[in-house]
Amino acid sequence: MDLGTLRNTPEERRVVRRRLLIAGVIGALLCLLLATRIAYLQTARHDHFAAQSQDNRVRIASVAPTRGIIHDRNARVLADNQSAFRLTIVPERVDDLNALLDQLDDLIDVSAAERAAFHDARERSRGFQAIPLKRQLSEAAVARIAVNRHRFPGVEVQPHLIRRYPYGSVAAHVIGYVGRISEAELSERSRRDYRGSSVIGKTGLEKAHESRLRGEMGSERVETNALGRPVDVIERDPPTPGEDLTLTLDIGLQRIAEESLGDFRGAIVAMDPRNGAILALASQPGFDPNAISAGLDREAFETLSRDPDQPLYNRAISGRYPPGSLIKPFLGIAGVASGAIDADEEIFSDGTYRLPNVSRVWRDWKREGHGEVDLHKAITESVDSYYYELARRMGIDRMHAWMTRFGFGIDSGLALPGERQGIMPSREWKARTLGESWYPGETINTGIGQGFTLSTPIQLATSTAMLANRGAPVVPHLLAGRPDNADVQPRVEPVRIDDETLWQTSIDAMVDVVHGDNGTARAIGNDLDYRIAGKTGTAQVVGIPQGEEYDEDTLPARHRDHALFTAFAPAASPRLVVTVLVENGSSGSTTAAPMARRVIEAWMNRGEDGSELAR
Amino acid sequence: MNWPDNGVNAVARRATGSLLQRGLHLDGVLLGLVALLSGLGVIILYSAFGARIEPIQSHLVRLGVGAGGMLVAAQIPPWQLRRIAPWLFGLGVILLVAVLVVGESGGGARRWLDLGIAGFQPSELMKLAVPIMVAWVIARASMPVSLARAAATLLIIAVPVGLIGRQPDLGTAVLVAASGAGVLFLGGIGWRLIAALTALVAAAVPLLWQFGMQDYQRERVLTFLDPTRDPLGAGYNIIQSQIAIGSGGIHGKGWLNGTQAHLEFIPERHTDFVFAVMAEEFGLVGVIGLLLLYLLIMLRGLWIAHEAQDHFSRLLAGGLALTFFVYCFVNVGMVSGLLPVVGLPLPLISYGGSAMVTLLVGFGILMSIHTHRRMWSS
Repeated sequence: MDLGTLRNTPEERRVVRRRLLIAGVIGALLCLLLATRIAYLQTARHDHFAAQSQDNRVRIASVAPTRGIIHDRNARVLADNQSAFRLTIVPERVDDLNALLDQLDDLIDVSAAERAAFHDARERSRGFQAIPLKRQLSEAAVARIAVNRHRFPGVEVQPHLIRRYPYGSVAAHVIGYVGRISEAELSERSRRDYRGSSVIGKTGLEKAHESRLRGEMGSERVETNALGRPVDVIERDPPTPGEDLTLTLDIGLQRIAEESLGDFRGAIVAMDPRNGAILALASQPGFDPNAISAGLDREAFETLSRDPDQPLYNRAISGRYPPGSLIKPFLGIAGVASGAIDADEEIFSDGTYRLPNVSRVWRDWKREGHGEVDLHKAITESVDSYYYELARRMGIDRMHAWMTRFGFGIDSGLALPGERQGIMPSREWKARTLGESWYPGETINTGIGQGFTLSTPIQLATSTAMLANRGAPVVPHLLAGRPDNADVQPRVEPVRIDDETLWQTSIDAMVDVVHGDNGTARAIGNDLDYRIAGKTGTAQVVGIPQGEEYDEDTLPARHRDHALFTAFAPAASPRLVVTVLVENGSSGSTTAAPMARRVIEAWMNRGEDGSELAR
Repeated sequence: MNWPDNGVNAVARRATGSLLQRGLHLDGVLLGLVALLSGLGVIILYSAFGARIEPIQSHLVRLGVGAGGMLVAAQIPPWQLRRIAPWLFGLGVILLVAVLVVGESGGGARRWLDLGIAGFQPSELMKLAVPIMVAWVIARASMPVSLARAAATLLIIAVPVGLIGRQPDLGTAVLVAASGAGVLFLGGIGWRLIAALTALVAAAVPLLWQFGMQDYQRERVLTFLDPTRDPLGAGYNIIQSQIAIGSGGIHGKGWLNGTQAHLEFIPERHTDFVFAVMAEEFGLVGVIGLLLLYLLIMLRGLWIAHEAQDHFSRLLAGGLALTFFVYCFVNVGMVSGLLPVVGLPLPLISYGGSAMVTLLVGFGILMSIHTHRRMWSS
């Protein structure tokens, strides 16, 4: 211990001790000052303050802003606010809560779920706070409560706004819905912003643009009676209403897209390839967001979220499917541009394909094969063996590099919660995720968009727009006027290839898919005064064992192939991209392509304001 | 009085004393007062929270953390503190600069550093580091404090105070300044110097007003001078808390019965304005009891300083005791309308984690100073 440096001279001790004494005296005097001040307030002025506290009337209440309205591209209202009456209870002013709830039940029907939600909310709130019991009272119920109001101290009927979605389930996945804010959501935001409001965007655009839609909280100086019940508003600092949003979506086209899917589970994306504006983003089955925003009880919500058809799930951005033959035009361009094959080079298809030293046999969808096949024919007739050979020549890493340039395996950049990234496999990817090395046979599977490859409908549409634009990428977006996120650049660089005619070769082949004599989608090519460029796809859901035939009728419905079709129109100067995915739809040609035609026709034949699309 | 078991009690007392003092390095008197005050705080907070139990649970957890901090601090002998004084201070300044550059903002001010697990306010560290540093500086030279050393000390105080004021956190800046000034006062700077400094501060006020203060801070001072100029805005807190205090009367409205508190007229009623809740419900009787408790804690701290056996410990202990008192005085003064609202919690009662932990660590240092005495005198 360094005792030597711990100085302690008598002189120092004396000085500090004297100062301590002075400090103690000053402290005691200041305490006396405080006590005197408070004694003055509590005795001499007690009557004055007691009277003020008795009729203390002014308190500050928060006022929730009105949420921004969402319009489609033609100013049709997709989400707005409707006034309704809610019934709230201040538990501290009620003697017997259960008796009160029973009485209210006799009068206006209180469900068990409403009771449970009320008790939940009560646990979480603090005293003297009004807790909602019913969010939407009928006119009759409002009247009955008004007549009996004297019987129910602590019960209030308050006007408030609830979110309304006039088109119901149409575009429900895109718009999303609002719901009661949870503790977890509240804890990651400023409580001040949500004082006085109880809802928050939970999914879709309601969630993505929550901060713009919400607006700024206002406040009111409210005059209250001795029980704290508001009597009059003295002064108001009005809330700032939320910002309205105008979408690129056309609700009429959206409805047609959803109807086209019929009873199938699936998704349709319609996009303007020139700027990435989303015109329709359909996902079926859907749900009614009005039911949720009105306060769905827990049980009903559970039922909805456990439905095996997953109606809450936005297949257009969250669903990942093997792209199947949809990758063929892209891979064809990649093959020629990377020098693996010439556009005119012919490969003979006899219906089977083998690799040396591999026992497995790969087959064409056409048993007898397609004969001599060049790139044009490979796309038009969707010749698998051409792509098996092309895949072998390119190798998985080169395929990965090229397909990534077209956006495969990358998210599209659409600013909507829930978009999932697809997979464009590579050696490195497989080692990283599965810890296994790559097998040559997997390269062959990848050549026809099977194997590990997965795409979302929105990614397929975004990549198709690159084809339509001859290499120029776009960012899909839903907000008109200003971009969803000004910083967002396309996820990929423009694709430039030395031989520009290669774009035309591929597009011509895609036109022949729809309009050629042997095109896989020739059934939809009639009676059009413009041309559609398209590509069909049929993706296996389950592996068919070697040597067995795929027979639609004997397979369980959920094991049937997914049907895909992607297209743009008019082929010469594309203004519309449509991508269709039908889960277990069996065939891209017969199931998905007709749906795409319906959407394309509706859009191409619409009037100036699209009025005949909407009803 | 001659109780038959007197001797037994005395032995027991000595045994406890030795366990607390020698074993755990805790001071029984201070510990008892602090525990009493904290217990009172829990009771008041329960009412301020509208009889809700969960915030009380989290308050108790924080009290536990603070008690742990106190226990740890009590084990660190004062000479160790003296050894690390400049390093601790330097670290504090670096962290304060870091807060201004990369800190987390909340409520319009940058006060936090995100440490991953928990947020950390470097200004809290400074409440302890500044008195330790100033005690170290003064204790290095002989008495009386020279003018040059006093000037250097003032500079040492001014740096963190300026940085904290920039965040802006006026309350903590005042407190840190007071903690340094308290040590300087105890160090025996001449009365003439004190008078000169007071004059200097008085002269600096207009400058500070013009260049050093944020709009909201100016607003608070103006409102303090005349709460009625904005009765529904900035003056609302002051008016409502005075109504709460005044309407409490001599005996108070009773626990959980304060209408001002429960009808939510008092803003920030579980943090900075918790004193108003207490005065409303427990009246003048409660207020005097609470003030006495605060006074006793300060006096115990000053006594520990009086008994301390070296210059550094004496200055530090006295400085910590004075800081604690300034804390109480500023809070009660602002809630009762004697001082402008600067945003300081009521020590050991207000809800809020880091300030309470710092206070308890400060008490731990006091206890350490008291209980490590004999170890070097013998």
